[in-house]
Amino acid sequence: MFKFLFDRDTWQEVYDSFSKNKLRSILTMVGVWWGILLLIGLLGSARGLENSFNRLFGDFATNSVFVWGESTSKPFKGFQEGRQVRLSLADAKKIEKNVEGIEFVVPRSQNQATVVRDFLSGSFQMAGDYPLLDQVQKKKLIHGRFINQNDIDFNKKVTLLSEETYKQLFKKDENAIGEYVQINGMSFKVIGIFKNGDVNMGPPTDMHIPFTTFQQIYNRGDEIGWMMITGKPEYDIKQIEADAKLLLKNLNKIHPKDNRALGSFNLGKEFSKVTGFLVGMQFLTWFVGIATLIAGVFAIGNILLITVKERTKEIGVRRALGATPFEIKRQIVVEAVFLTLVAGVFGIITGGWILIGLDAAFGQGDEAAIVNASVSIAVVFVALVILVILGTLIGLIPAFKATSIKPIEALREE
Amino acid sequence: MLKINQLHKSYPIGDSSLHVLKGIDLKVEEGEMVAIMGSSGSGKSTLLNIIGMLDEADSGDYILDGLPIKNLTEKKAAIYRNKFLGFIFQSFNLINYKNALENVALPLYYQGMKRKERQEKALFHLGKVGLADWADHLPKELSGGQNQRVAIARALAANPKLLLADEPTGALDTTTSYEIMAFIQQLNDEGKTILMVTHEEDIANMCKRIVRLRDGVIMEDKKVEQVRAEQYV
Repeated sequence: MFKFLFDRDTWQEVYDSFSKNKLRSILTMVGVWWGILLLIGLLGSARGLENSFNRLFGDFATNSVFVWGESTSKPFKGFQEGRQVRLSLADAKKIEKNVEGIEFVVPRSQNQATVVRDFLSGSFQMAGDYPLLDQVQKKKLIHGRFINQNDIDFNKKVTLLSEETYKQLFKKDENAIGEYVQINGMSFKVIGIFKNGDVNMGPPTDMHIPFTTFQQIYNRGDEIGWMMITGKPEYDIKQIEADAKLLLKNLNKIHPKDNRALGSFNLGKEFSKVTGFLVGMQFLTWFVGIATLIAGVFAIGNILLITVKERTKEIGVRRALGATPFEIKRQIVVEAVFLTLVAGVFGIITGGWILIGLDAAFGQGDEAAIVNASVSIAVVFVALVILVILGTLIGLIPAFKATSIKPIEALREE
Repeated sequence: MLKINQLHKSYPIGDSSLHVLKGIDLKVEEGEMVAIMGSSGSGKSTLLNIIGMLDEADSGDYILDGLPIKNLTEKKAAIYRNKFLGFIFQSFNLINYKNALENVALPLYYQGMKRKERQEKALFHLGKVGLADWADHLPKELSGGQNQRVAIARALAANPKLLLADEPTGALDTTTSYEIMAFIQQLNDEGKTILMVTHEEDIANMCKRIVRLRDGVIMEDKKVEQVRAEQYV
């Protein structure tokens, strides 16, 4: 059935009819070329943007919500309004236990600390953290390690410094791991240097110390600054936020309708807005690309229709010499598919060049707006299949037109 | 070889119809060389087209070499044309972007013959019309007489039973016409059956039999003393 595709004569015929009208054939192909170029260029750019968002959010467990206490706006159970809500470690434990779909709850405390080393000193944001923080917000460690359970259990006086903090307290290239710094007059051993990510949720952190140590030195007892609640991927983070807040209101004697007592930031919600935008963009890209492609393929069909009209007599001669209608149709369809495919492949190649150009212009470095702009082989394959199908369908129109005229009438044509 | 019985054909013109062939009876034996003559509108081209399976009769029988030609599908007609018939047209009808060899090889291509074999055969037939050296020339690089010789080679390539020529010399000057006729006579000498439409008396006299049509009926059907074309070349 498809033997003719490997026949040199089939392609000789295609080449002949192409070379007979080079300029027109090339102009015809521009439409399809442009469609595929748009499709590949836009899809690749969309992918690049998506990659860049993913890189920004990549350090975070995105199915998370952050909750902290603010002041009440409604009196409740004998309490006046304007009371400062203070969340506790026990609240965090209860949320972890009682709210459905929780992956983990990470309590955090934060305060300003004065740090001194030799003759250098500075004021920094210091957070008391559990090792679990690393799961929610991946820390990029340059040197050393993060806080571990041992540090928590024994209230160890150890600290991690951000790269910026390190630069202020240490000389260039000086080894900091194992050295001591004075935090509020107490000696802390440096166990790691980390890098802050491109996107920070909440105030930037300059240093981390074990949570228990933090509570001890600031005499916080059970009270925590805020908590990060991460849901399991299959659970809706908005529901988790609502459930957790309701529980917290209950535990802290807050009026159920008091919307100001608890502050929160729902990372999952924000993230899904971005991903929703990206999905929309991809849909738009496919829509625009395919629509342009169809327009291009129609142009090819149109030109082939004219070509067939011009070649009426030739087709008549061929039929007088014994070409069956099927052979004539097949040849025209092959030409249509060939034109679309060649244009498509050129479009894919030039689209690839555009992506390479985009990558060179915007894709370099850590702050790149477009990361690894690319399309998958599957997309290229799908595009090619669509081209073949469209080319075949559109080729059928001139093909049937060519054989609808009787050979005798075709021969009479001048 | 060819038997036609009570052949009728009419063409619709607006609401009425034009009766072109009004009951043609014709019998052609193998090895004959027949000229079909008549003024324009006499139906001679229509008759040739029906014999060439390019057109279909309304009624009547047409038997080619024992094979009834009736109610053919386009595909079947194409295969029969390819197998049994060779066409020579007034305006040559060569494909202008193919060289002489490729033009001659075209019927063989539609027979499904392999490229190499096809080209050998085409070259052989080109040689027979004396154009082997012109094989890779395009039609526009050849004279009218040469083009008609290429067309004759093409008609012969598939080794047809019957050669149909529609005014084969209509587009040529007298000298070249006689040259072409000499070729056609030579083919007939070798045993090919030839049917030719012409309106030139001298050309018709180079055939062995003349059939005259007028208004869709055969007026006269006579054997003639063949005038050899070589003497004029």
